[in-house]
Amino acid sequence: MHIERLITMANDIATYFTSEPDHATAVNGVRDHLTRFWDPVMRRQLKTFVTEGGEGLLPLANEAVEGLNVPAVLN
Amino acid sequence: MLSIVEIDYGTPKAVSANTVILQIDGKNISVPEGTSVMRAAAQAGINIPKLCATEMLDAFGSCRLCLVEIEGRKGYPASCTTPVAAGMKISTQTPKLAEIRRGVMELYISDHPLDCLTCPANGHCELQDMAGVVGLREVRYGYEGANHVFARIPASKGQKAAIHGRTHELVPNPLFSPKDESNPYFTFDPSKCIACSRCVRACDEVQGTFALTIQGRGFESKVAASQDNRFLDSECVSCGACVQACPTATLSEKSLIDKGQAEHSVTTTCAYCGVGCSFRAEMKGEEIVRMVPNKDGHANHGHSCVKGRFAIGYASHPDRITTPMIRASIADPWKVVSWDEAFAHVGSEFKRLQATYGTHSVGGITSSRCTNEETYLVQKLVRAGFGNNNVDTCARVCHSPTGYGLKATMGESAGTQDFDSIEKTDVVLVIGANPTDAHPVFGSQMKQRLRAGAKLIVIDPRRIDLVRTPHIKADYHLKLKPGTNVAVLNTMAYVIVSEGLVDHDFVARRCEPEAFAKWSAFVSQDKYSPEAMEAQTGVSAEAVRGAARLYATGGNGAIYYGLGVTEHAQGSTTVMAIANLAMATGNIGREGVGVNPLRGQNNVQGSCDMGSFPHEFPGYRHVSDVATRELFEKAWGVPLYNEPGLRIPNMFEAALDGSFKGLYVEGEDIAQSDPDTQHVTAALSAMECVVVQDLFLNETAKYAHVFLPGSSFLEKDGTFTNAERRVSRVRKVMAPKAGYADWEITQKLAQAMGYPMNYGHASEIMDEIAALTPTFHGVSFDRIDELGSVQWPCNEEHPNGTPVMHVDEFVRGKGRFMLTEYVPTREKVNAEHPLILTTGRILSQYNVGAQTRRTANVMWHDEDRLEIHPHDAEERGINDADWVGIASRSGETVLRAMVSERMQPGVVYTTFHFPESGANVITTDNSDWATNCPEYKVTAVQVTRVSQPSEWQKRFRAFSNEQQSLLDQSAAAQPADTLGQQ
Ligand code: SF4
Ligand code: SF4
Ligand code: SF4
Ligand code: FES
Repeated sequence: MHIERLITMANDIATYFTSEPDHATAVNGVRDHLTRFWDPVMRRQLKTFVTEGGEGLLPLANEAVEGLNVPAVLN
Repeated sequence: MLSIVEIDYGTPKAVSANTVILQIDGKNISVPEGTSVMRAAAQAGINIPKLCATEMLDAFGSCRLCLVEIEGRKGYPASCTTPVAAGMKISTQTPKLAEIRRGVMELYISDHPLDCLTCPANGHCELQDMAGVVGLREVRYGYEGANHVFARIPASKGQKAAIHGRTHELVPNPLFSPKDESNPYFTFDPSKCIACSRCVRACDEVQGTFALTIQGRGFESKVAASQDNRFLDSECVSCGACVQACPTATLSEKSLIDKGQAEHSVTTTCAYCGVGCSFRAEMKGEEIVRMVPNKDGHANHGHSCVKGRFAIGYASHPDRITTPMIRASIADPWKVVSWDEAFAHVGSEFKRLQATYGTHSVGGITSSRCTNEETYLVQKLVRAGFGNNNVDTCARVCHSPTGYGLKATMGESAGTQDFDSIEKTDVVLVIGANPTDAHPVFGSQMKQRLRAGAKLIVIDPRRIDLVRTPHIKADYHLKLKPGTNVAVLNTMAYVIVSEGLVDHDFVARRCEPEAFAKWSAFVSQDKYSPEAMEAQTGVSAEAVRGAARLYATGGNGAIYYGLGVTEHAQGSTTVMAIANLAMATGNIGREGVGVNPLRGQNNVQGSCDMGSFPHEFPGYRHVSDVATRELFEKAWGVPLYNEPGLRIPNMFEAALDGSFKGLYVEGEDIAQSDPDTQHVTAALSAMECVVVQDLFLNETAKYAHVFLPGSSFLEKDGTFTNAERRVSRVRKVMAPKAGYADWEITQKLAQAMGYPMNYGHASEIMDEIAALTPTFHGVSFDRIDELGSVQWPCNEEHPNGTPVMHVDEFVRGKGRFMLTEYVPTREKVNAEHPLILTTGRILSQYNVGAQTRRTANVMWHDEDRLEIHPHDAEERGINDADWVGIASRSGETVLRAMVSERMQPGVVYTTFHFPESGANVITTDNSDWATNCPEYKVTAVQVTRVSQPSEWQKRFRAFSNEQQSLLDQSAAAQPADTLGQQ
């Protein structure tokens, strides 16, 4: 999928959690949202993008994606 | 004419804890205090003659036919206006009463045409019935006096001769008015009017439009629409309440005039909006004579709007396709095939796609227009048959933020009340909804409550009708800038917290204390003071403060919201902000309060409940939840995928990058209803097998490879769930035109994919849903038949259903306040796109219009127009009805302008009922952060005067013409009698 689209969507989610005063809660919030609502293919694509630098992602989104769980095998 | 099967008790039911015992015609009768003598008698099976009274309306006491004698009282009181009193002794039949009644009838009949045998009301005319009941045998006055019956009367004397056609001196009769046939659905024949004013009162009391009046006095009095206009040109919204109330043939459905009286009646549910009105389909064999709203309908109490009552002609429209068709490419003509061929074709194509591109390369889309049973089967087909979770519903593009926001705060993805709860509401807060147009029957109920004194706050960029309508004026109209809902709600929260208006007792008992503390600090930041936000929201601080105080302290406060809340980049945040306000003020968990999403389509609630979202099984349980998954795996006999699947916009993205190849779409027109049309059609074009199941060759079907003809709501059994969580029955009144009910088609597809499904009846599907879903454990077709309808949760704990939720505790335990930072949308006005476009709908048309465009409803709305404020129009040299181009960063389209003060400067508005309007060519890919619900309500545009259609419209027309000819070629090639076979 277009990575730009995924970046926008991840940033939108992170923006919502920016007002959360507790940083760990905010990071978990973003990560949990991605895990519960995003198809694993999209999660994997975003995670790969972050390992390659993740340019354009908000810091909060970046941090959340780093610890994101992606299933090993997708069929 | 009233329903042919209901008993009319004459006056509305009284509600009282006290019982009164009285005697009528020697029978002892006990009824609630406040009941009329007429109703008390009727309940005991004693029918007092009546004409001006009907249960739909408050008693009026004008016809003097219902007189009775009461022991110890002088005179002959009217039984409809006399309330019962303890110990009353009443006689309904005495020689004196008989004489008076005959006298009354004699007068009526002397001014009434005597064409009963050819009259459409014949058999169900109350005037005729009463003439019979009172034993009228002669009309001593003759029929020649002053009258409303004849168009021409003799100039002076010799009237008798005139009637028999023997005199030449005829002059126009000043009392006569000709028939008004302007309304497409009913006629008004004043010559038959008895001036009982039931129609006038129905329009006032039930519908709340005040379109009719009685003009003149005494014998001169007559019914008139608005200022003596034709019905079509008056304020009339064609709800039909007056037609139903009329005791004679004066107001009659045209369909009744054409077809004659029905012989049986079947109770079913409207397939249009989320009010979910219950109807009696009055039938002649398999043909519908007319639809009459069901007096016992729990959502509508005998009322309806123009769509449900009249706009059903689409179901028998010639455009309906009744044979399956396939083609290899969208440039090919359609080939008509047998059902078996169609099923085998889809089965083999989807299997091929999965073998070539992987398990996840196919998916399905369900529709909020389908029944619960159909939706359930489609998601089951995807999860169990396709083996992935790529299923989504069109609720994605309307109310997905409601699901997210209400679940996060209160624990259940549904509205908290029943409609009747509004009877106990003191302050009504309407935000981003237009109930009088989009949810008309509930809109009428709301207007009744407002006329009875409830206060009203409207938060909307447009001056919707509710703001100012007969006998109603909003106390506050916060005319905010589109896209600033969260900002306005945060300022209201600021006022509630800073002015000490929080219901601390409720919050302490019912909500998570840490979350509340965090929220209360959050909304108390200076930046959310109404004064600080004024410039951004465009709403004066004073108005915000007033509205917040009123909602927090005005008694029972209830919030009603619609797509103007959800279809924004911050849709989910707004829903949470609404829930926060309700919790902070203790407006949750009892009658009269609550958070009420007004659902657009008939079964939005149901399609969400039934597991249409890619991450949830039925009953809103996440696919990763092990216990739930095991439950479904056991029931369905296959392993199920434990990760969320693709949402609709994700499917499009995946199609464009080549990983998503096959789509099964049931009853949904994504090519018209989803944003950024050109993106959607590109995605559809990139797929190898698009299967569309629908009544018509809709916009999406023009990009399809397989067309499966579906069935209308009249042709199948099932259930719909309305905005109040109310599950009602849809009943089959005629055989499916294409041979199969939609659930049967899905079942056959599953079999073709090699996954067994063997339901014999829709009720068996509901039984499976009930067995697997805790909130539905008590639901079955039998149980619904018993109760009439039932609001989930319905289970062991709530065997009769649940009108009000979160009573003692929230579904999630403690209510959770959520933070709701205001984030301005990316869609900003600039020099290139200086105006904000927002979208909505109107009363007579429904959604993408596929149904209503194929009815006479187009007489009220035959094109989508761009509403623009006079100031903006003048700046651009635009006059009313000029063609204007509307350009956004996504695309451009052309509509005609409507210059209107309802808009605020800087904001333009349009509806989206006609595909050629291309409203979604302009909308962008911005979406709600949590659910990807598109931001339909805010698009930056420029508007200019133009002289020709946009490039997109030209391409659209060319493509539509080409697709139509491909369809015509196939129809021409096919003998007609293979249609509907199988
Ligand atoms: S159809 Fe409805 S709106 Fe029109 S006059 Fe009758 S009651 Fe009033
Ligand atoms: S039109 Fe019908 S309901 Fe209205 S006043 Fe005449 S008879 Fe009564
Ligand atoms: S469209 Fe809505 S309000 Fe109108 S009859 Fe149908 S359910 Fe009722
Ligand atoms: S029915 Fe009571 S006065 Fe007409």
